[in-house]
Amino acid sequence: MRPFLDNRNALGLAFMLPAAALLLVFLTYPLGLGLWLGFTDARIGRPGHWIGIDNFESLFGDSLARLSLFNTLFYTVIASVVKFALGLWLALLLNRHLPFKAFLRAIVLLPFIVPTALSAIAFWWIYDAQFSVVSWLLVKMGLIDTYIDFLGEPWMARFSTIAANVWRGVPFVAICLLAGLQTISPTLYEAAALDGATEWQKFRHVTLPMLTPIIAVVMTFSVLFTFTDFQLIYVLTRGGPLNATHLMATLSFQRAIPGGNLGEGAALAMAMAPFLLAAILFSYFGLQRRAWQQGGGDK
Amino acid sequence: MASVTLSAVRKSFGSTEVVHGVDIGVEDGEFCVLVGPSGCGKSTLLRMIAGLEEISGGRIAIGERVVNGVAPKERDIAMVFQNYALYPHMSVYDNMAFSLMLAGESREQTRLRVEEAALILGLEEYLRRYPRQLSGGQRQRVAMGRAIVRKPQVFLFDEPLSNLDAKLRVAMRTEIKALHQRLRTTSVYVTHDQIEAMTMADKIVVMNAGRVEQIGAPLELYDDPANQFVAGFIGSPAMNFLAGRMARNGAGFAVAVGGGVHLPIPVRAEIPEGREVVVGVRPEHFVVADDGVPAEVVVVEPTGADTQIFCKLAGVDVTAVVRERHAFRPGAAVRLKPQLTFLFDPASGTRLA
Ligand SMILES: Nc1ncnc2c1ncn2[C@@H]1O[C@H](COP(=O)(O)OP(=O)(O)O)[C@@H](O)[C@H]1O
Ligand SMILES: [Mg+2]
Repeated sequence: MRPFLDNRNALGLAFMLPAAALLLVFLTYPLGLGLWLGFTDARIGRPGHWIGIDNFESLFGDSLARLSLFNTLFYTVIASVVKFALGLWLALLLNRHLPFKAFLRAIVLLPFIVPTALSAIAFWWIYDAQFSVVSWLLVKMGLIDTYIDFLGEPWMARFSTIAANVWRGVPFVAICLLAGLQTISPTLYEAAALDGATEWQKFRHVTLPMLTPIIAVVMTFSVLFTFTDFQLIYVLTRGGPLNATHLMATLSFQRAIPGGNLGEGAALAMAMAPFLLAAILFSYFGLQRRAWQQGGGDK
Repeated sequence: MASVTLSAVRKSFGSTEVVHGVDIGVEDGEFCVLVGPSGCGKSTLLRMIAGLEEISGGRIAIGERVVNGVAPKERDIAMVFQNYALYPHMSVYDNMAFSLMLAGESREQTRLRVEEAALILGLEEYLRRYPRQLSGGQRQRVAMGRAIVRKPQVFLFDEPLSNLDAKLRVAMRTEIKALHQRLRTTSVYVTHDQIEAMTMADKIVVMNAGRVEQIGAPLELYDDPANQFVAGFIGSPAMNFLAGRMARNGAGFAVAVGGGVHLPIPVRAEIPEGREVVVGVRPEHFVVADDGVPAEVVVVEPTGADTQIFCKLAGVDVTAVVRERHAFRPGAAVRLKPQLTFLFDPASGTRLA
């Protein structure tokens, strides 16, 4: 066990395992079976025949598949950046001495505890073209005249689904970063204060660098969850309007199950794998660079 | 460099007052040690000087300037923390250069100052390492290096040696003292270890329960303690205390300490006969002599240079340190005679003679 623990590569790999395991669990169906299905022309009710990489080749010329890739990347990047910013801000806020600290922390976790499908339905109401509480409020406040069609226009729908995803994902990021913040010794801030650091400089030179390893892990998870998101989109828009919110996951499901084209859907799902792998590798190397954590002798 | 003056300084956490009006004057260039048992408020006092704790009452001045409302970074002080508080993600060089970088010092100037400090502390070879890769003593040095690169007005130390092993502690003690003799920067040093205080200080402040018990040079406190607390705290092994009543002993004085034992008192004390007193005798002020009072040996510990004898005198545990090599067995009778004694009031602990 010890030589294994002392080996920084092995240890880095060990830290990857949970992410990898989760990835597998989340993608067992499209990945395991899909890997094979992707190379066949299987349809529902008809076992497929091996057709090589035909499915993958056709994806390149498929404008809808390309749109779903764009949608997925856009969704993932914007949602992750916002989740990170909001999560970090919330974590910093909760790390202070606030009254009712435990209570506030519990509240922050709420969106994470509610089942996705349930919160998606709640957002469906919030975004409803006629009954939206947001529109109602804005109208009452005199800021707008007509109700907003949150899910009716392509860009509006994209941002609306992103907002719902952020709402759901922020607690996870915030609580993990809060845990990370609490491992930073308060004397480091005192030392920094004596060294002449302003609040911003303390954040920039102490908090942020000490938090990067946890940020790397948390954001990897967050990116994985977001990239593979399905429930939220499926309940809110089913990919519409005009396929503007179709993610690779939803499109793949659409083609495979309602569309009956198991092979094509599987190939599309498989096409997600390289992106997820890239995200994991990015975090792996991001983590590995942190030599200061490793200890040991000269390098 | 500057003096540090504390006037009637108080500190409360919520409704609990932990520092009850402290007056201390540290002169320019002086090495002042705050010593006292754990929890007596030393760190709190030091942190108030640093500006890490608010001052609940009184005034603290660095040089001529009252710093009560001044932010830590404006006070021109440097502090060495007990756990070193090195930035784990910065190399030794960056740790030391951090304050200079924040102050907008030029790269070249920073490099010179860091290298100068590293040279003084013998850290030249470790500048590229991270704190995790250093031993306790090396980290301790980096913490000091971080303080000295800034050339501050005052150094503050909060038990900087308590995380080191005994041998290193002694070595670092000497190093810090040598460093002070070289830089002559006003220093306030907190410790619970009276030996550290005795060996390092120009001036010792003995604290107890949020109050100053006595201020003085190390040997002043040893020779002339103001009260029983200081007498018991300074000196190792600690002073023996026996309660009794003043009595006459032929031409001289004695204290009847119970069991019919009259401890002869070498001082000429103007204390009425029969008054209750506590008599204090330092272990090194006992001699083994035929005209001494009887005691029973419990344990003998020869250290080579001298011999520590733990015994029971009138039912009280006392320690004696003698130069000669006696081969006492446990249970043997020994006669001890005090050559120097201190008398204290039993109720207040104030020194009587
Ligand atoms: N932040 C705090 N809140 C409440 N009480 C404190 C705080 N810091 C210290 N104290 C109390 O103040 C007293 C003095 O503490 P401290 O200055 O750390 O003692 P020392 O350094 O002499 O061991 C202790 O009784 C301690 O419990
Ligand atoms: Mg302390």
